[in-house]
Amino acid sequence: MEIVYVYTKKRADFGRQCNFSDRPAELHVDIAPDSSLAENFIERNPVDSSLQCVQEMSEHEVNTERFETDTRGINHTEGGWPKDVNPQEIEQVMRFRKKVEKDEMYVNTIMQLSSVMENCIRQNNAIDIYEEYFSDIDVEISDEPPSAKTINVYRDPNELKRTATHISWFPDGPRKLAIAYCNLDFQGSSPDTSMESYIWDIENPNKPEMTLKPVSPLVCLEYNPKDSHVLIGGQYNGQVAYWDRRKGSQPIELTPIEHSHRDPVYKTIWLQSKTGTECFSASTDGQVLWWDIRKMGEPTEKLYLDPTKKQDITKAQGAMALEYEPTIPTKFMVGTEQGSILSCNRKAKTPAEKIVAQYPAHYGPVYALQRNPFFPKNFLSIGDWTARIWSEDIRESSIMWTKYHMSYLTDGCWSPVRPAVFFTTKRDGTLDIWDIIFKQNDPTLSLQVSDEPLHSIRVQDGGRLIATGSHKGTTTLLELSDGLCMQSKSEKNLVTMMFDRETRREKILESRHREMKLKERTRSSQDKDEEHEPVAEEPEEDLVGKAETEFFQIIEAEKKKREKAAEQAEEMEQNEKGDQRKASPIAEEDEGQEKQEVEQPEKKD
Amino acid sequence: MSEVEETLKRIQNHQGVVGVIVSNSEGIANRTNIDNSTTVQCSSQFSKLCKLARNCIRELDPENDLTFLRVRTKKNEVMCAAGSGPDDHMLLVIQSPSEN
Repeated sequence: MEIVYVYTKKRADFGRQCNFSDRPAELHVDIAPDSSLAENFIERNPVDSSLQCVQEMSEHEVNTERFETDTRGINHTEGGWPKDVNPQEIEQVMRFRKKVEKDEMYVNTIMQLSSVMENCIRQNNAIDIYEEYFSDIDVEISDEPPSAKTINVYRDPNELKRTATHISWFPDGPRKLAIAYCNLDFQGSSPDTSMESYIWDIENPNKPEMTLKPVSPLVCLEYNPKDSHVLIGGQYNGQVAYWDRRKGSQPIELTPIEHSHRDPVYKTIWLQSKTGTECFSASTDGQVLWWDIRKMGEPTEKLYLDPTKKQDITKAQGAMALEYEPTIPTKFMVGTEQGSILSCNRKAKTPAEKIVAQYPAHYGPVYALQRNPFFPKNFLSIGDWTARIWSEDIRESSIMWTKYHMSYLTDGCWSPVRPAVFFTTKRDGTLDIWDIIFKQNDPTLSLQVSDEPLHSIRVQDGGRLIATGSHKGTTTLLELSDGLCMQSKSEKNLVTMMFDRETRREKILESRHREMKLKERTRSSQDKDEEHEPVAEEPEEDLVGKAETEFFQIIEAEKKKREKAAEQAEEMEQNEKGDQRKASPIAEEDEGQEKQEVEQPEKKD
Repeated sequence: MSEVEETLKRIQNHQGVVGVIVSNSEGIANRTNIDNSTTVQCSSQFSKLCKLARNCIRELDPENDLTFLRVRTKKNEVMCAAGSGPDDHMLLVIQSPSEN
């Protein structure tokens, strides 16, 4: 059925004016509420409904792919010739030249220019206005406070960061840094951790210049001071490897596992030799091995760091730091994990004599050891919470030391240009610069280089640039202010005097100490006519056993004291109850006391 | 022609003079007494520098013009005599400092 509605209007009515009129309200529909319908619905009260009058927008990120740029130079060798002259054809070139020379204007111009030029040349020859006029006047060291500025930061490009354990500067000028990266936590590196170490160009912190790919992560890395293309590295697995920068990222040769160290190689140093191919390495397994890189099949020499001078590997102390001064080629020093410094002579006749002296240095491993470049008899050692300066002759204690800091010191070195300045790094990420002429109690300058612990530090030979490596593999390059890298005239004298003074003081103390020991010995030998016990050091195992028994004794005594106290408390309670029952408390107490007295002699050992 | 030769020879024989280059406005060296690659580089770079210097002088004072440019470097001193007008020849002399 079609619903149709027809609407008709007379034509005369079209366009007629509308006359509106009022009408009263009419009710058209009235729908009463039907409450039964409400049962189809469940009331929800309250209802949260949000409303906002805002444009709908969406966020979208776009990032183009990283565009790698590289800077290159172009050398313009030939060119600029007019079209008809082919620069390769000598004839055409000659012809062109001759043509130009025949030109009138050419001749005039050249004559004119020549006269001016000759005048200037003669002037130059007569007086050189650019010469160094006041070179003999000392450069005034400005009074501005010492400062250091961060120039560049080089981060470990890998996702899993490793510690920058060792830094070596390029020997010919401060252009490159070789940094060894390794995760030193015991079994702390996951299998995904990269084993690579890098060589960075100073100017480019975005990408390392070259990658070195060892078999196991490198703990230390050194440029050969004679040949800047060769580097030697000590690995975490104990092998020593050497690289030639021109020949790629793989090591040229590795030492065989049987003859290498059994623990990570903490330090390798190149030796001063005619061939420039000798080096030696030290590790916490207690060995110091000498190598010739031409023949890495086995070490040329071996030394066990056994302070009892018996070359017994079981008694050897692990080495953490090595010190070698190219000007004193036969002597070297080793800083051990147990905290002592061993001074050794390579050219001793018997292996037992190789270890010349032992210095009781620190309470923990000696992390760094270096002789003062101006005063080789004095050396700096870094370990536990202090840095100490020693004189070779004084074996019992250091001649100068810093106060105990709040965090461990991890590495340190002398400044190569100022004899009084040395640098230390700490576990809390600070770099301290000490100037012992200026201030001895505190560092002259203390910088918070990073938030994570700093692990290594190296000064460049010019004395102005310092590189520090941190726990997360971030190496920071700092430049020192002039005051810290320019020597003043009297500095050497002042430092000499200071070292002499302190050495003398220690010597006096040492001799006094010795006198006192002697007196005691003679006194004790007078008191005891029987054999007087040798004052030899007790072997370590006995000391350990003794410590154990003492410990257990103390624990037992404590335990018994507590039991006694508990018993006493119980008895006191019982006594109180007894009071109520009217038993003679005094008698019971006496009994209690007797019991105690009986118990006590049993407890006495 | 021979005067030019003579003059240039005289300049060459002065104390401390390392190189003499005659080049035109485009940087093509006509005459030189040092190796070709250095010559080409020197003349092209210095003609550029001369042009820049000339522009600079003339901007400050349109009636002024560049006659001579001396560049003292760590290793030596380069002197550039510029002809009048930008499209003229240029005489370059490299002299190392005389240590009297």
